[in-house]
Amino acid sequence: MKLSSDALDALMPMHLSISADGKVRHVGPTLLKLMHHVCSEGRHFTDVLEVYRPKRAETVPMLLDLAGRRLQTRLRCRAKATLKGLVVPDGDGGAIVNLSFGIGVVDAVRMHTLTSTDFAVTDLAIDMLYLVEAKSAAMEASRTLNRRLQGAMLVAEQRSFTDALTGLRNRRAMDEALKRLIRGGECFALLHLDLDFFKQVNDTKGHAAGDHVLRVVAKIMLELTRKSDLVARVGGDEFVLILSGLRDRTRLADLADRLIGRIEQPIEVDGDLCQVSASIGIAFNHPDATPLETAEELLERADEALYSAKRHGRAQHAFSVSEPEKEDR
Amino acid sequence: MHGLIARTLQCFLQDTYGLSIWQKIAELAKLDFDDFEAMLDYDIRTVEQVLEAASMCLEKPRDALLEDIGTYLITHPNNEGLRRLMRYGGVDFFDFLHSLEDLPGRTRLAVADLQLPELELTDSVPGQFLLSCHGSLSEMPGFGHVLVGVLRAMADDYGALVILDHRGALGQAEVIDITVVETDFAEGRSFELAAAPPPVRREKAS
Repeated sequence: MKLSSDALDALMPMHLSISADGKVRHVGPTLLKLMHHVCSEGRHFTDVLEVYRPKRAETVPMLLDLAGRRLQTRLRCRAKATLKGLVVPDGDGGAIVNLSFGIGVVDAVRMHTLTSTDFAVTDLAIDMLYLVEAKSAAMEASRTLNRRLQGAMLVAEQRSFTDALTGLRNRRAMDEALKRLIRGGECFALLHLDLDFFKQVNDTKGHAAGDHVLRVVAKIMLELTRKSDLVARVGGDEFVLILSGLRDRTRLADLADRLIGRIEQPIEVDGDLCQVSASIGIAFNHPDATPLETAEELLERADEALYSAKRHGRAQHAFSVSEPEKEDR
Repeated sequence: MHGLIARTLQCFLQDTYGLSIWQKIAELAKLDFDDFEAMLDYDIRTVEQVLEAASMCLEKPRDALLEDIGTYLITHPNNEGLRRLMRYGGVDFFDFLHSLEDLPGRTRLAVADLQLPELELTDSVPGQFLLSCHGSLSEMPGFGHVLVGVLRAMADDYGALVILDHRGALGQAEVIDITVVETDFAEGRSFELAAAPPPVRREKAS
């Protein structure tokens, strides 16, 4: 059987036909395109192709010695492309070397502006290009979903500024608000409220009753404060109220007492009455102090005041007595 | 139903008729979310509701709407990636027609869980073809109409002159009549393997 060079070109558009004396007899059309159509017929094959793996091959016998093995080769021309290859004897003492891009096909197509007619119809190269494009399209759709999910997560995180049980703000929200107010140089009072005898309700009447009490207390606090004030549940039965613009000790004392009075009203849970009370520590911030008092320091002063109220017998309020250093008034 | 299909329906309505029309349709269809996600799954009834609402809102028959979706898939700039993938089917329109039976397989190669109806191409006389979509009636009713839109747009893309006719249901299959009058009737759009694929779909900042 003798194949015409046209047939060989159709079957293997990237082949190199080498005669027994080592001269290039014919170059497949796609390989020729890679070599920028520089005619290499009649030149020695080593001037056209460097075979460097598994062994260097510089003569036809050396080349045929590698028949059937996987060759790694490099074109000598400007393209310098690395190609996979297979060599077989041509039956006349010469060799046929068939070459392929291997995994580099995506870049090669781009570099040499190849078209689908440059590949044998049976070559999977085009299917591979299809797959690369299809996969990157699918990946892009996937990434888009991830981006949107991340956006949704951020929204959900913002929602978590709310305490799920009472609907009040939570500690995160309080921390953020406190930092913002301090940075903005606002005047405000901070009330730290801790329920008294709440543990007994939880222990004797159960957690459901405890939860109910917390919800009622939360409602009372919202009723007695303004919309612009921040009421947060910061622990089990601990609350922080931030009252902006309020500096008047009498009004604050009055508010604290009204809060305690309302909270002390018995709360009905399933026909049973629960009674709790509250202790409150109050601290003012000092926007003109240098250095500025931090949120932690302010909370600590309110906390100290709260414990002083507790020490004095609970169910009462106390003002912070310590003031930030270098106070300016 | 695969989210890609649902999302395509939304993008078609949004890109063609505008965001406010989409929102109106979504409301009419009683969707309890704003957007379909391409990579999630949806109840086929939800997608049907949207299609029904769109048909009502735009006063356009369902079949015509489906065909428009097919055309949109190939011709809208946002879908350039898909047009390219379809052009991998062959060097001319005949080649492309002969590759249609591979389409569900090719689709699965790209998105493993996207199941398209099986396609079967039969040719009677030269230039005359019959394309059957098997099982589309129960899984994706109207898929044939989308396909007619796709074929029309692809014929244009290749520069071929083609007559298409959706013949309705034949047993369990939708059947499309294809008559290729001329393969190089007009200059088609270019397709170069090396062209960098653009992103599949422009996303609006949400």
